[in-house]
Amino acid sequence: MKQQQLDISYRSKDYLTVMIAGQRFGVPVLQVQDVLRDQRVTKIPLAPPEVAGSLNLRGRIVTAIDVRRKLGVEERKQDAERDNMSVVVEYNHELYSLIIDKVGDVLSLDDSSFEKNPGTLDPVWKDISLGIYQLDGELMVVMDVPKLLNSVHA
Amino acid sequence: MDDLIIEFLTETNESLDELDVDLVNLEQNPNDKDLLGKIFRLMHTIKGTCGFLSLPRLEKVAHHAENVLGRFRDGDLEVTPDYVTLILESIDRIKYIIGELEANGAEPDGSDADLIAKLDAVYEGKTAEAPKPAAQPERELVPGEVSLEELEAAFAAAPGPGDMAPPPAPAPKKPELAKASGNDEGSEGQKESSVSAQTLRVNVDVLENLMTMVSELVLTRNQLLQILRSNAESEFSAPLQRLNHVVSELQEGVMKTRMQPIGNAWSKLPRIIRDLSMELGKKINLEMRGQETELDRQVLEMIKDPLTHMVRNSGDHGIEPPAERVAVGKPEMGRILLNAYHEGGHIIIQISDDGKGLSLGKIKKKVLENGLATSEELDAMTPQQIQQFIFKAGFSTAEKVTSVSGRGVGMDVVRTNIEKIGGSIELSSTEGKGSTFTIKIPLTLAIVSALIVEAGAERFAIPQLSVRELVMISEHGDNRIEHIKGAPVFRLRDRLLPLVSLNNILKLEPVEAPPPEDGAEAELTRRDNNRYIVVTQVGAYEFGIIVDRVFDTEEIVVKPVATILKNMPLFSGNTILGDGSVIMILDPNGIANTTGGIEATDVQDENEGKETRLATSERKTSLLLFSVGDRAPKAVPLSLVSRLENVKIGDVEYSSGQMMVQYRGTLMPLVPFNPSVSFDGQDDMPVLVFSDKIHSMGLIVSEIIDIIEEHIDVKLGGNQPGLLGSAIINGKATDVVDVAYFLNNINENWFKDHGDQPYGEEDAQGKQRVLLVDDSAFFRNMLTPLLSVAGYEVTTLESPFEALKLCEDGETFDVIISDIEMPDMDGFEFAERVKADSNWQDIPMLALSSHATPQDVDRGLQVGFKNYVAKFDRQTLLAAISRTISESQDNQRQEKAAG
Repeated sequence: MKQQQLDISYRSKDYLTVMIAGQRFGVPVLQVQDVLRDQRVTKIPLAPPEVAGSLNLRGRIVTAIDVRRKLGVEERKQDAERDNMSVVVEYNHELYSLIIDKVGDVLSLDDSSFEKNPGTLDPVWKDISLGIYQLDGELMVVMDVPKLLNSVHA
Repeated sequence: MDDLIIEFLTETNESLDELDVDLVNLEQNPNDKDLLGKIFRLMHTIKGTCGFLSLPRLEKVAHHAENVLGRFRDGDLEVTPDYVTLILESIDRIKYIIGELEANGAEPDGSDADLIAKLDAVYEGKTAEAPKPAAQPERELVPGEVSLEELEAAFAAAPGPGDMAPPPAPAPKKPELAKASGNDEGSEGQKESSVSAQTLRVNVDVLENLMTMVSELVLTRNQLLQILRSNAESEFSAPLQRLNHVVSELQEGVMKTRMQPIGNAWSKLPRIIRDLSMELGKKINLEMRGQETELDRQVLEMIKDPLTHMVRNSGDHGIEPPAERVAVGKPEMGRILLNAYHEGGHIIIQISDDGKGLSLGKIKKKVLENGLATSEELDAMTPQQIQQFIFKAGFSTAEKVTSVSGRGVGMDVVRTNIEKIGGSIELSSTEGKGSTFTIKIPLTLAIVSALIVEAGAERFAIPQLSVRELVMISEHGDNRIEHIKGAPVFRLRDRLLPLVSLNNILKLEPVEAPPPEDGAEAELTRRDNNRYIVVTQVGAYEFGIIVDRVFDTEEIVVKPVATILKNMPLFSGNTILGDGSVIMILDPNGIANTTGGIEATDVQDENEGKETRLATSERKTSLLLFSVGDRAPKAVPLSLVSRLENVKIGDVEYSSGQMMVQYRGTLMPLVPFNPSVSFDGQDDMPVLVFSDKIHSMGLIVSEIIDIIEEHIDVKLGGNQPGLLGSAIINGKATDVVDVAYFLNNINENWFKDHGDQPYGEEDAQGKQRVLLVDDSAFFRNMLTPLLSVAGYEVTTLESPFEALKLCEDGETFDVIISDIEMPDMDGFEFAERVKADSNWQDIPMLALSSHATPQDVDRGLQVGFKNYVAKFDRQTLLAAISRTISESQDNQRQEKAAG
């Protein structure tokens, strides 16, 4: 809902930028509940591979999603795993934590630099991307959080 | 005080408060019909109830006020502030009387003549007269005046009635207080609060919310206590202990608010039993004990329907008609006893009747009819195990379906519902004496106690309710796990307990990686070393879960898992433990279901396992798995196999190039499945025996692997003769064997030579013609050769539409066999069309189905099927075809004779 409002009525939007496998992604800032450092995650046997486990965030159970695995990029090296960070989003009254590599700045981006997904984009990526922003010297993929979560199923 | 009066007072007080507001609204919206109606109804209720409870004074006031309200409602009288005042006055009077009643248990003395006179005046229409408006220039004053007079009349000593005058509502209350204090000071406080404050209606949502909060609080407390345990010296220790107690009490208190007497769920039962006895002409006495036993309302809701169903069943199936009872020396009046009581953290509900009990014979018959078990299996079962069949889907022993029960959907639903809330249901029944069902359910679902275990370095919670006991297993000695063809079992006292390893079913890595030099055997024992078996019970089914470690028990709050994890039957939820970590809660029901798929253990357990299996899936087929030298296992439907034999190599004889063996007095031809496999050095070889009435053939295989139940989904495309195709069975690609190919292959005329002819005279074309309609290529391929071998000319079609087209084309058959479950048009509809109006309406039809509930059978017969045959039941199918054709020919002959 919030996101829709954003789409229609604002000329510029705010995004929390995150890095995954060297690619910058943007998560609409209003969807972000929290940013977490490395957390103790309980593994869930038999769960879909993208589900890294669940964790306790101030008394609420949060399902952790490994975005790298979802995007089909190789896992991080074991030693780098320690500084994993995650972005907590709420979807359908449930909390999910998206495990990413690094959190960057919050950017306020003008609609004019927004482009639709290029046709050649990897189909898996296309599914979870709302579009692309052209930044100085790099591109930022806008993450479609509801779609990302919907695409994970047991 | 009388319970009725107390209830009346509580309710009336509530309604009166509402009425005050309503009347004020009415003054502003004099034409609001709904409002008027509401006020009128309330007054009417008070009047009626008062009459019933013999409260004459109250009744009179209410009656006269009602009259006036009636005129408002009918529109005879316009609502003016004066009139509203008058009504308010009446209400105040009612409140006052009620207050007195509440305090003293009786109506106060005094007269309401003045008020009644005023009301009557209005009612009779002498209303327009000015006196009242004049006498009541200020609205507030009037009630005050009356109140004053009234009070003076009632108790002259009351201190300050005048002060009470202004607001109408509180006025009568205070005098009441005054009086009470004057009367008996000691019990004043209690008395005052006795009735109206005794109960409070609270929205269920509020309670639910409260419960959730308390659950969270309990969790937080657990967390704090955990921290405290590692810092024993902490200064928080004392306050935390205090907090601990308070939270426990709070938890208990909030739980209590959700408790309801079980009698609430029973209230409808006497009526149901009464109606039932009228309808069925039985005499039944329903006795209820322990109605006041309390349990959580959520649980109560869940068991309401199952209980009703079971009591109905007892009345319908259990209790015999009076004549029958007298004949066996029982009293005419049957008795159903409902009993509820607490036991541990559980509530036990028993439903017993002194009726005819469960008939083992009937159950067995039904079991065989529905193909739930074979007669050999039944013979091996104890009566108790056989009785358990009534909890299966589609099972009903009532001979006829009454409006009440016998529809065969019932006990399985009851069991499912009860198990869903972590309960269990047991049955004991003696034929002729009666049956007793014992339901055991937890008091509450919100907070449960759970056993924390570890497997593969992960921790899991198992609800304590389903845990029977814990066994530590060691490498050697008595407490060790034994294996039957890879399936772990454990000897628990005198029984074999089937086991599942949590590591395996959750696909976890075992913690201790076995050293590479260890052999497989050593690895096995090593891994089993020092582990635990959690003996778990689901319903009557007991099994063991192998875990690596067992920790403590902990109180947990079951939280639902995230939506994306919903499709995981092994977990019922998750929770946060005292140490702050998230943990998954295992669902014993889900695990029990997976044990059904694990290789069966001994006969007894296999049967129990099947119960679970059958309950979850009806469409599975028993398959015999065997190998013939090469790696790919082969499968054949078990029902096609008559026997498994070991034939001694030395007994094999040859006759005109055909391998033969003397078997049961005749010669049985033997066919090697794979001629290249040699049996050199072996004494005997396993043989699958296929029989058809009098003759048999044997199929030589290398090894018989297992019997399993699976849903077969044959992927066609096997072009190898003798195979129908491949299917995934037990996780392996398996070839499904075309038995008919081998039957045919022995000798083209072998069956004929033995004179096996289908029933009936061969007609001009020579053979009886059979039309087979089945959407599944597997069954078409399976049945066609079978029927051809049996001497029929078979036409197969994939869909009823094709069949109807053939019908229009004028084709004709002797019998039509149709599958029931088909896409687009099912067998029922097909039969209806054929029977309705077609060239084929006289052709007998047989229904073919992989599963048949009694409803299906009934429906099948209704739409015109002659008989209902289970797929794979070759014998019955052939017999049914033969019989059906013969009957139809007989009919035709008779018709001819008659014509």
